[in-house]
Amino acid sequence: MARPLLVLDHVDKRYDAGEISVLALHDVNLQITRGEYVAVMGASGSGKSTLMNILGCLDLPTRGRYILSGTNVQGLDDTDLAAVRNRLIGFVFQSFNLIPRTVALRNVELPMVYAGIKPRERTARAMAALEAVGLANRAQHKPSELSGGQQQRVAVARAIVTDPAIVLADEPTGNLDSKSTGEMLDLFDRLHQSGRTIVLITHEPDVAARASRVVRLSDGRIVSDDLQVARGSV
Amino acid sequence: MNLFESTRIAWQGLLGNKLRSLLTMLGILIGVGSVIVLVAVGNGSSVKVQKQIEGLGTNTLVVLRSFGGRGGFGGGGRATNGTLSSVSALTQKDITALSDKTQNPDLKLIAPVISENGVTATYSGATYSPSQFVGTTADYLSVRDYTVAEGAAFTNEDVTNRARVALLGQTVVTNLFGAQNPVGATVQFNGIDFKVSGVLTPKGSNGAQDQDDIVIAPITAVQDTLAGASAPLSQITIEATSRSAMSAASDEITTTLLGTHHITNASSADFQVLNQATLLATAGSTNQVFTVLLGAVAAISLLVGGIGVMNIMLVTVTERTREIGIRKAIGARRSDILGQFLVEAVLLSVLGGLLGVAAGLIVSKVRIVGVTPVVAWYSVALAFGVAIAVGLFFGLYPANRAASLRPIEALRHE
Repeated sequence: MARPLLVLDHVDKRYDAGEISVLALHDVNLQITRGEYVAVMGASGSGKSTLMNILGCLDLPTRGRYILSGTNVQGLDDTDLAAVRNRLIGFVFQSFNLIPRTVALRNVELPMVYAGIKPRERTARAMAALEAVGLANRAQHKPSELSGGQQQRVAVARAIVTDPAIVLADEPTGNLDSKSTGEMLDLFDRLHQSGRTIVLITHEPDVAARASRVVRLSDGRIVSDDLQVARGSV
Repeated sequence: MNLFESTRIAWQGLLGNKLRSLLTMLGILIGVGSVIVLVAVGNGSSVKVQKQIEGLGTNTLVVLRSFGGRGGFGGGGRATNGTLSSVSALTQKDITALSDKTQNPDLKLIAPVISENGVTATYSGATYSPSQFVGTTADYLSVRDYTVAEGAAFTNEDVTNRARVALLGQTVVTNLFGAQNPVGATVQFNGIDFKVSGVLTPKGSNGAQDQDDIVIAPITAVQDTLAGASAPLSQITIEATSRSAMSAASDEITTTLLGTHHITNASSADFQVLNQATLLATAGSTNQVFTVLLGAVAAISLLVGGIGVMNIMLVTVTERTREIGIRKAIGARRSDILGQFLVEAVLLSVLGGLLGVAAGLIVSKVRIVGVTPVVAWYSVALAFGVAIAVGLFFGLYPANRAASLRPIEALRHE
């Protein structure tokens, strides 16, 4: 097996809220290799979102190590974490999270703005990403002028435009109808086939069924980690 | 991320809430505009007073009686006109002494003045009380820059002959004669006939005093009739030979009058010599205070405008918490968010400031309470500079608050 892209090594995450202390993740070990399509499943409160935050470098583990693409995330300051998120991670959120009143093209360009890429190159790459999700003809539309499915595809375009090491999708189909869900999952399949590493967090079994590997969480621990032959993939 | 990108994003933020942005700018606009206008009004009134003082005649000195030096009024006496006996009056003797050219080479013209108060003029049923009734010599006209528009001035011969003639200012003419030509007519002053020899060229109101509300008659005739033969002089009006001779002239007057009044110690002089320079200095310092006060009031409104910027920026940051979370998630650094909101606040204050400068300059074209504002360029630069500083200062706290938001919590914000 190739060198893992992502390593969680005995990771704990503890939240302190006044008197009460909650252990949201407990001794989590996870390795993900380049090109994998991993679904993380679990009931609500199982620690999915906490795991997502840690994988996405939005939060740091209380204990343990997280190594992403050779970088030990532990001990990075805010500015470095922002740079890691910018270069290595592409987020897709349940509620789309596009910038309102800003056209699709500008939304897709945004990560490159923070990366300091020149405007001309930015626009070209953003158009290419929109093309990849089939929305090139909606580039000048604002989020309020797009359907939920279209908004989420814009979000996917934004996630892949910087060519990140990993695409992190948190319940990406949670706010979509079944038709859009199908299209979204097809899109993820295509991204997977083109070699992208995808971590998808979901509680829906039929969404997880499309992934090549399913990790199940319960009470902050990994309870199973199975490879599967995904339906619909090659 | 460079400044250009920050500005572009901040500009989009402002456009997202046009009305709110405009109202916030209005606060700064009013602040900057009022600083410019009010300082211009203060400035204008100061220029106006200076012109008035210069209008007194460029080389003019005025000698007045003074009670300060003797200090004899402290006890029981009151400083009324009835108790002037301890102070030597200004008399014809002083005029004679001042007219000695060898002792006073820098004095060109010397005009004694008796001012009568409460004189009522009557002409065929019309009555009017001029605010100034001056008995003097022919030289007074030239010292005070009066010229005669119609008729003729009285001469020193008229003064010697005690001729009962009078020169009327335009305001007096209008009130007594209306549109009629007054030259040659006979007017009664407190019942005594004076023939109108001429009308003075209007000098216009100088704000403090209507310079055309005046009657000028020979001093001898006034002593004979209204004032009484032994009436002391109200003042002596003197023209120096040149502007540069003013202080020499002032010294000569002091020396001469100390001699005629038999005073050895100059600090106990019973007269004072005023010239334009001292009047200008006094008026200047008064106006300085006035301008500073106006500026301070305006500066407060600029401060209030700044608080408006801060208020709206805090609202904006709260409203856009989720957007801040998204930006942070996709790689915006603390400094990027700080820059974006700081630039937004500064844009508000810079745009408001520019509009305020424009508004201030336009309003300064208009006469305000009788004063033509004179824009002080330092106030424009200062007001605009302070507006930017206000934007930076009041934008810093909200921007910092936005920048310190934790991405997870910001993303969860509804």
